[in-house]
Amino acid sequence: MEKRKLVTIVTEENIEQLVINDVKKLGAHGYTSVSASGEGSRGTRKGDWDLNKNVRIEIVCDDSTAHAIVEHLMKTYYQDYAMIVYLADVEVLRPQKF
Amino acid sequence: MIENLLDPVVLFFLAGLIAGVLKSDLRLPESIYEILSIYLLLAIGLKGGAELHESQLHNVISPAAASIVLGIVIPVIAYFILRRLGKFSRPDSAAIAAHYGSVSAVTFAVVLSFLSQIREPYEQFVTVLLVLLEMPAIAVGIFIARLKTTSGPLRVGTLMHEVFLGKSLYLLAVGLVVGYVLGPHGLLPVKIAFVDLFRGALAFFLLEMGLVASNRLADLKRVGAFLVLFGILMPLISSVLGCVLGVATGLSVGGTTVLATLAASASYIAAPAAMRIAVPQANPTLYITASLGITFPFNLIVGIPLYHQMAIATHSLLG
Repeated sequence: MEKRKLVTIVTEENIEQLVINDVKKLGAHGYTSVSASGEGSRGTRKGDWDLNKNVRIEIVCDDSTAHAIVEHLMKTYYQDYAMIVYLADVEVLRPQKF
Repeated sequence: MIENLLDPVVLFFLAGLIAGVLKSDLRLPESIYEILSIYLLLAIGLKGGAELHESQLHNVISPAAASIVLGIVIPVIAYFILRRLGKFSRPDSAAIAAHYGSVSAVTFAVVLSFLSQIREPYEQFVTVLLVLLEMPAIAVGIFIARLKTTSGPLRVGTLMHEVFLGKSLYLLAVGLVVGYVLGPHGLLPVKIAFVDLFRGALAFFLLEMGLVASNRLADLKRVGAFLVLFGILMPLISSVLGCVLGVATGLSVGGTTVLATLAASASYIAAPAAMRIAVPQANPTLYITASLGITFPFNLIVGIPLYHQMAIATHSLLG
């Protein structure tokens, strides 16, 4: 099995499409997104109405793409939006997919 | 005012608000909010379109122009109040101002419900005014916010998509067109779903809105006394403008009440979504709390009957 990076982004649903477009441009081949709710330094986001929803976006990609994504997101969104990004090592069965 | 409180729609809102304040575990499933908001927007559009089918289109021109003027003037006034008196930052002032220039479709539905309850007739084209008032203020807000600022490039494409194809404007516009093309007779097959059930659905939606608004009340302390005061005084200023323009453009007392309410209402669907993308530096807690936590409940409970009285007074003064 080959190693890849799992990039997990938790952010405001409002900018989901912007983030996904950026991530694809940086070389991700695919992504998975689910609705989320939670609490953090910018308060509680209960997900009870449109602007109070979070999403969790997951991307499996190679190391350099993962770092490019992290750099870009940090520069573009960290200051003004509720967002956290973290990386994890994962093993994949079909490396050519990622 | 007591008469207004006895409207089921307002009572449901209060019920939701109280449940939220007392921390009841009442919570409607998330999908209910979405289904009801889609339903209400579509129903408002359809009803407006069907009524438009029967009205004289040339009568709509001057009230429509008045709406666009309101949509531009209100955010400019709001901006200066927030910036000069409230000392808010430019992005915050501009983003809040855009919310007050734009409109709330639910407040619009409640004023129509109020007018039919007290049997006050209104012009059949008022839904057109709702659609027209939603846009200009958002554009003005973005324009002011981005003057002299050096924030990154404006993603015009994404923003236009967000505003024009955002669910609120799209559903209202689609409903309006379908309703207009079909007319009241053509809508008969769906009348039970979209007309007869409307007030029940609106009441149910307001139960949920009461809960959502109660969650905003916790932020009142964080936004400060000035914004709380602004959330009450700004709709009053706007409604005076709405009354004067309503009478000046020949609207009836009912129509003037609608225009004043539209002017006084603050957006909490289209504007927040657009502002979050166009003016990311603005703090969303400020504009959402002002619009949803202060102005929306104020308009529902006190504002609408007050604007009706103001419309009557303006008519006897100027009419």
